[in-house]
Amino acid sequence: MSPQLIFWPVLFQLLLAVALLFLWRKVQVQRAVSIAGSTVAVVLSAALFTLTLRDGIGTVQAGNWPAPFGIALVSDTLSSLLVLLTSLAGLAVSVFSSASVTGARLKFGYFPVFHILLMGLNGAFLTGDLFNLYVWFEVIIICSFVLITLGTERKQLEGAVKYFTLNMLASIIFLTAIAVIYGLTGSLNLADISIQIAAIENRFLVEIAAVLFFVGFGIKSAVFPLYFWLPASYHTPPDAVSAIFGGLLTKVGVYAYLRIFTLIFAGDAFIRELLVTAAILTIVSGALGALIQNNLRKVFSYLIVCHIGFMIVGIGLGTETAYAGTVSYLIHDIVVKTNLFLVAGLIFRVKGSVSLRDIGGLYKRYPWLSLLIAVPLFSLVGIPPLSGFWPKISLFGAATETRSFWVLGALIFGSVLTLIIVAKVWAAAVWKEPSGKNPPVKMVLFDQISKERRILYVLPIVLLSLVSLYIGFGAEHIQEIAGRVAADLINPDAYIEAVLYPAGKSSP
Amino acid sequence: MHLLLAIFTGILYAAGIYMILRRSLVKLIIGLVLLGNGVNLLIFLMGSLVKGGPPIIPEASKVIEGPFDDPIPQALILTAIVISFGLQSFAIILLKRTYQVVKTDDLDEINTTDEFA
Repeated sequence: MSPQLIFWPVLFQLLLAVALLFLWRKVQVQRAVSIAGSTVAVVLSAALFTLTLRDGIGTVQAGNWPAPFGIALVSDTLSSLLVLLTSLAGLAVSVFSSASVTGARLKFGYFPVFHILLMGLNGAFLTGDLFNLYVWFEVIIICSFVLITLGTERKQLEGAVKYFTLNMLASIIFLTAIAVIYGLTGSLNLADISIQIAAIENRFLVEIAAVLFFVGFGIKSAVFPLYFWLPASYHTPPDAVSAIFGGLLTKVGVYAYLRIFTLIFAGDAFIRELLVTAAILTIVSGALGALIQNNLRKVFSYLIVCHIGFMIVGIGLGTETAYAGTVSYLIHDIVVKTNLFLVAGLIFRVKGSVSLRDIGGLYKRYPWLSLLIAVPLFSLVGIPPLSGFWPKISLFGAATETRSFWVLGALIFGSVLTLIIVAKVWAAAVWKEPSGKNPPVKMVLFDQISKERRILYVLPIVLLSLVSLYIGFGAEHIQEIAGRVAADLINPDAYIEAVLYPAGKSSP
Repeated sequence: MHLLLAIFTGILYAAGIYMILRRSLVKLIIGLVLLGNGVNLLIFLMGSLVKGGPPIIPEASKVIEGPFDDPIPQALILTAIVISFGLQSFAIILLKRTYQVVKTDDLDEINTTDEFA
């Protein structure tokens, strides 16, 4: 693999954003360029993924400064996989945005900021440097601040105040953790830190750094006592924005957990317990929160929280089966959560409301659409053989293997409540008789918009549903990839070797 | 010097957290600014601080003789300052706009998005 390819998923999104900046007022052209560019991005990241799968871990040193002095970009299976999923979700949301986001928002730079957000996500997944990871996190949150406030409706601003404060606080805590780690090891390269940290005498300080990372990433990935900003803000921006937030932003936190707690703090019993406890509480409280909500977007927001717990629990258990479960859940969840928010946007366009009381009668009016919506909803529950089923097998297996029955109980509880919630949403949106309430007058509903726009609404949902179906029916392939990632995470020697001693430089 | 900086860092963190916990929007920004400065000072402290030992190799030799200051934390702080500068200016605009729309600066009253609907 040509190492330069690792740069391209990041660089291409930047170039795309710059190109879009030159088309500032030409909204129609921006739509076309964004969709075309996102398609190219999918091709690029698919190339990176297949080549990484074939040739093993690829690294590139920025400015040719050898590791651990320079900034390394590392493309291992996990990173390139997440880049691919980001590009797929990005393509779907780009198509959906071109139909659903209002022209006024597009005129104020929606698409350029959206693509810089994707650049930040790709950068965060690919970097092998702790401080660089912080910088990418900042790129991500700055773009997400713009996207969440763009339009400045009252509810958007109110949500943004909480979103902004908590995310900024998370960055500050993350930076504090970096400072402690730098003070302890004198290095910022993840692979190098991983070696150095073992020699630190003062384990107490190492544990403090670990807890700081736990809190910093915990706010970002919405773990139990730190998630209240999420349901307060994710339902306020347009659905396309919620989709990219719900699908990807919290998952960056999960990715950071996976990297940091396998590479740097592997085998720390205290952190393991902390993660497992927080995850159990996340699952339970997220599921209960979703159960009582009536706003469709808020239901999905709480479900994000609930299912973050599923992933964190795997990291906490820390066996190979558990990691495999976490990774395959991550694959499934990015696709399904993005899709669910797109579905919420579609339902909003069809019925003019997202309150479970006012929507209904979808099956009577649009039977095919209802069938389409069934795919992400039932994948979320994990009805076999759909995509949510397979990761749960690994997670349940890991919980029984390690005899952690609290975890098993929480997983079952979370799954059952998800089933109940999905049944509730399905009954309310699809089967129930439509309520007599009329949609707001000024809104242009789904059957009044042009056929092309209707296709743009449905196409991304079809795309992501197909990916979901592939994850479900091609489970053997996905499980194999997840297993490979899990083996890499359990034994990070290959990662360290690839970063510190790339081919040509012999290992000591 | 180290002790003084450590105490300052502690004061900045404590004051920042205290300010964040107040209910006013303006105090919220001040709290975030203080915390941002506190973390910058912490990074500065975490490198090896050497008085009068700039990390510059003399023209005549290939290595630096004696202890020298760690330049990396300063590069890190510079990056962090630029980022927090951008974020803080965004925060001020956001909170001004929020004040204009919501017409209150009491954080306890900015809660309609949390209400059960």
